[in-house]
Amino acid sequence: MSDQQTTVRIIHGRLLDGEHDGSAVTTLLLQGGHIAAVGADAEIGDVDRVIDASGCLVAPGFIDLNCNLREPGNGQKGNIASESLAAARGGYTTVCASPDTSPVNDSSAVTNLIRDVAGRQSPIRILPLGAVTRGLEGELLSDMAGLTRAGCVALSNGGAQLRNARILRRCMAYARTFDLTLMLAPVNQALAADGYAHDGLVTSRLGLLGIPEVAETTAVMELLLLAEETGVRLHLNQLSCARSVEMVADAQRRGVAVSADVAMHQLLFTEDALAGFDSRFHVRPPLRTEADRQGLLAGVRDGVIGAIVSQHQPHDSAAKQAPLGATEPGLSTIESVLSMGLELVADGELTLSQLVVALTSGPAAVLGETASLAVGQRADLCVFDADASWQAGDDSLLSAGKHAPIRHCPLKGVVRHTLCAGVEAWGPGGD
Amino acid sequence: MTANDPSSQSLQLTGNGQLKHFLTLDGLDRALLTEILDTADSFIEVGERTIKKVPLLRGKTVVNLFFESSTRTRSTFELAAKRLSADVLNLDISTSATSKGESLSDTLLNLEAMASDMFVVRHSQSGAPHFIAESVTPGVAIINAGDGRHAHPTQAMLDMLTIRQHKGAFEGLKVAIVGDILHSRVARSQIRALNALGAEEVRVIAPGTLLPADVESLGCKVEYDMVRGMQDLDVVIMLRLQKERMEGALLPSEREFYRLYGLSQDKLALARPGCLVMHPGPINRGVEIESAVADGPQSVILNQVTNGIAVRMAVMSMAMSGQVSERTQVAGEQG
Repeated sequence: MSDQQTTVRIIHGRLLDGEHDGSAVTTLLLQGGHIAAVGADAEIGDVDRVIDASGCLVAPGFIDLNCNLREPGNGQKGNIASESLAAARGGYTTVCASPDTSPVNDSSAVTNLIRDVAGRQSPIRILPLGAVTRGLEGELLSDMAGLTRAGCVALSNGGAQLRNARILRRCMAYARTFDLTLMLAPVNQALAADGYAHDGLVTSRLGLLGIPEVAETTAVMELLLLAEETGVRLHLNQLSCARSVEMVADAQRRGVAVSADVAMHQLLFTEDALAGFDSRFHVRPPLRTEADRQGLLAGVRDGVIGAIVSQHQPHDSAAKQAPLGATEPGLSTIESVLSMGLELVADGELTLSQLVVALTSGPAAVLGETASLAVGQRADLCVFDADASWQAGDDSLLSAGKHAPIRHCPLKGVVRHTLCAGVEAWGPGGD
Repeated sequence: MTANDPSSQSLQLTGNGQLKHFLTLDGLDRALLTEILDTADSFIEVGERTIKKVPLLRGKTVVNLFFESSTRTRSTFELAAKRLSADVLNLDISTSATSKGESLSDTLLNLEAMASDMFVVRHSQSGAPHFIAESVTPGVAIINAGDGRHAHPTQAMLDMLTIRQHKGAFEGLKVAIVGDILHSRVARSQIRALNALGAEEVRVIAPGTLLPADVESLGCKVEYDMVRGMQDLDVVIMLRLQKERMEGALLPSEREFYRLYGLSQDKLALARPGCLVMHPGPINRGVEIESAVADGPQSVILNQVTNGIAVRMAVMSMAMSGQVSERTQVAGEQG
């Protein structure tokens, strides 16, 4: 009997959001899918269910702006059911689904299909991202208004480059007409070419094909200038260079409507992860230098980068079982994001509050929403034990992709309960 | 990241520091490289006998797995294996399985069923031999015969053998590598070998378009001007220039490249007397080297080919004995 009408009381948990720093034990009352009361008010009255959050932190559910669910079309790599369950296990209550499915999500039919499957099979909220151009080919505008009406929350390039600046400018002007958000990953494909690793020390030593920093920074500059001119709301996905963060900060100071995100693995790893040809760390954009990692962390601390994303890209094992350059890019991250983040907190590189803001209210703002533990908010919650540990391995991961960044090694941070609109999406189960 | 990559080290060395695969020169110390050269020296004599065989790999099966075609390297590996009394199987995969869409993992599974003892691997992807060494059954040795732009360690070691034969030692030597460093697996292995063996200076001479990012981190100095770069040299190694480099806008023309970076007699005269001229071959006369220099008294290009067989015999026999001793050790621990 777990539905939105169930009343739930969460007791003994320490609240953690933009307002609460995770130090005080406080009670929460959930009713009608929303947070009904916090503190003393929440302790009054009978409820259907009590969740004992002793030793745990209670945070808003995590929101992912960039996740590949692989459905429709890539069932061997994952599907909405498998990846949304993995996301719930990772503490996520909202996930934006990348449009680079097969077929590409460039029509309301595909959007409807995703929403339909998600409605039946996903324990959490799936928000489709529409393709900004038809087939993500960068030639013709997609039906942006139609996609939005069908339920797409923003338009994305799915990591592909928009080669033609004239078309890019028109995409922005058209999106601006309907006040839509463009989520674009900055990449200059002519400079990235066939590369698959940061052009630097490691590529030189191992003879790998490099993607230079300018493949990103020239694209960031172009996007910022066009966004400034057209007035579109621009969100840059997956920055990897310190220089990009500086340019975004500069544009934000000038009042350009630009926000940005970074993938969690970019905050933990550098090009050194590829030494030994570890194909798991073949990711796009590539892992760069320690100076870049520091620049990205500073961007998160300063709020220039508002969101940390999973950039979850599940693959079948064959896609990763080959010499590095012949493998497909992407890590299976969504179950490990919290643990990776807690590692950064343990190393003093982010505070717990900075981490949780970048996983909740930061990405919510990009979607035009809010995320907090205030009364009246949707009861999207994540209850996690920051000190308990788990290990990522073939058997323990729920995602169809088993190529997690840290495997067979104890990781701190276990999600005990994920509640989506007050309904348990992950946990030991209700009554 | 240092040049001594621990992951390669543990992959290609046994617990006792013996070679069990030969994937890269990264992580191999001077003593081990010297042992390879000494072992190769002892095999040179085998090639001069009427019966050119030693029984070190008798009963073993060596598979030449060439995913990229190569006549010279494959033939010298084949001769080396035969002189060690191994059975040799040559598989030119570039024209068979993978072109039919079979994955490398599946190809390997099929080959392992043939109970081979050693794979000699050439592949267009950097790191392919690492991948194979990580995936094969324990006991099978992997020898890298050239992978992508990464490494060509037997080529570098035969070059080192040639240098040692002529110069006696590496101390005090100034060596330049000229030409397309960016795409060259040979250059990467040579730079590593020269540093490990104690050469005084390694220089790379090339235009900026043919140099990898942060090239100095490999352990070399950069010189754009070949006239300046030839000063005080003891050894000059010329690299082959692929014709397709002109198409990618890396160079304007062969003629301009030859004028600026080709090894002519005039430029050679700027080096120390007796400066060795080397080239991993096959040479492009008139593109990277003048014919008179290639055939001249300072050229040791043909000598390099002879040494290739001896060096390959050395690493094959050393890796096989490393595999055997590791297996004995594991069996001993279990027994």
